[in-house]
Amino acid sequence: MDSSSADGARLPPSRAGSRLCVRCGERKAALKRPKTLEQVSPICRECFYVVFEDEIHQTIVDNTLFKAGERVAIGASGGKDSTVLAYVLSELNRRHNYGLDLFLLSVDEGITGYRDDSLETVKRNEIQYGLPLKIVSYKDLYGWTMDDIVKAIGLKNNCTFCGVFRRQALDRGAALLKADKIVTGHNADDIAETVLLNILRGDIARLSRCTFITTGEDGPIPRCKPFKYTYEKEIVIYPLYEISHISVCIYSPNAYRGFAREFIKDLERMRPRAILDIIKSGENFRISTTTRMPEQGTCERCGYISSQKLCKACVLLDGLNRGLPKLGIGRTKAGPGADGDGKQRAKGSERNTSSLQGKHGNFDF
Amino acid sequence: MHLTLEFGGGLELLLENSTKVHKVEVPPQDGENMVTMKGLLSWVKANLIKERPEMFVKGDSVRPGVLALINDCDWELCGGLDAELEEKDVVVFISTLHGG
Ligand SMILES: [Zn+2]
Ligand SMILES: [Zn+2]
Repeated sequence: MDSSSADGARLPPSRAGSRLCVRCGERKAALKRPKTLEQVSPICRECFYVVFEDEIHQTIVDNTLFKAGERVAIGASGGKDSTVLAYVLSELNRRHNYGLDLFLLSVDEGITGYRDDSLETVKRNEIQYGLPLKIVSYKDLYGWTMDDIVKAIGLKNNCTFCGVFRRQALDRGAALLKADKIVTGHNADDIAETVLLNILRGDIARLSRCTFITTGEDGPIPRCKPFKYTYEKEIVIYPLYEISHISVCIYSPNAYRGFAREFIKDLERMRPRAILDIIKSGENFRISTTTRMPEQGTCERCGYISSQKLCKACVLLDGLNRGLPKLGIGRTKAGPGADGDGKQRAKGSERNTSSLQGKHGNFDF
Repeated sequence: MHLTLEFGGGLELLLENSTKVHKVEVPPQDGENMVTMKGLLSWVKANLIKERPEMFVKGDSVRPGVLALINDCDWELCGGLDAELEEKDVVVFISTLHGG
């Protein structure tokens, strides 16, 4: 190992690959990893695959994310995170005999042209990784495609619908397919960003939840995030080195997150540890027992987890079906429903409203 | 200097015809006899980027969240902005800021 690995060393600009990998000491280093205590850096390509996959395996083991025999839905958007997740998870499942019954679960929002590429990617993944694929459409789940919704409400507010419907779609699809668990590709950058946004919004309830590696354990289908500690930078680099082609869509449904994302990337450049530090501080927030937390109930109409009488999706659907699409956008005002949407899993339940709920618009995670 | 530039992760949409791979001839900067990454970035901004340059550069570096690889090597290991390019190098720019 040469001495130039110290940051900012005043040496002539070192040419590509002039340093050796600190793990194997043989090959040229190709990647600088975020500086954390455990991570070796710089590292060569070959060692990077090994370490990248091992770290995710370690996260899975340390947090007991899975039990043998579980049927696990991989939320597959065709984007980089879920594509890499599908690949790595199917590899680890084989290599370490997790005994999981994995399948890809995709949501088709029904936006003309929008999902064509990503559904193609997911279909390719189905073949490449030998994972069965199930696609559920908004039309099936809600009776409305996003195109129909946009026609009814205009372009301005459709992100609200997209976000709410998307989250539920995965749960509903997973339930339909009798999954025991859902995994999503949320990475360390995503989680750090969510911590910041929840702090900025003063959303204590979500702040404490958003760093959990597994959520919804009290609900029918828990969700987990095996990439919780995985940097986006490495998720982007991994397929460049390892898997063939990944298509990435520029019209991110998370576009509204832009400013916080940029802030995080700025911090990362100055201090790569920053991302993990933000997650850590999110984890370390303790909520005083006197703070009233919204109690979780279930939606009267569809049974989805909701702190209101009707869940967000059912409120939005109500508005759509009654020709008042603005209902449910902005402040939460759950009223008694009119006609149903035909997808009911009626399951009566008490609801509890709380002072914390209803002030936070439509952001979710 | 002959270089091959590749753009991905949505950055290609900032370029003419959304072309991902560009074989280019980049002249040395004024008063220098070599091309550095810093020089390449300003050349790309002036000659290839057709819209929204702020998606690609910030100050005189790439926008945070845009990765650069020189011959498949993390540019941070190659000297960052000061990295000197060589004939026939392949430089990849990929945005991490879109999609998931
Ligand atoms: Zn190595
Ligand atoms: Zn509902």
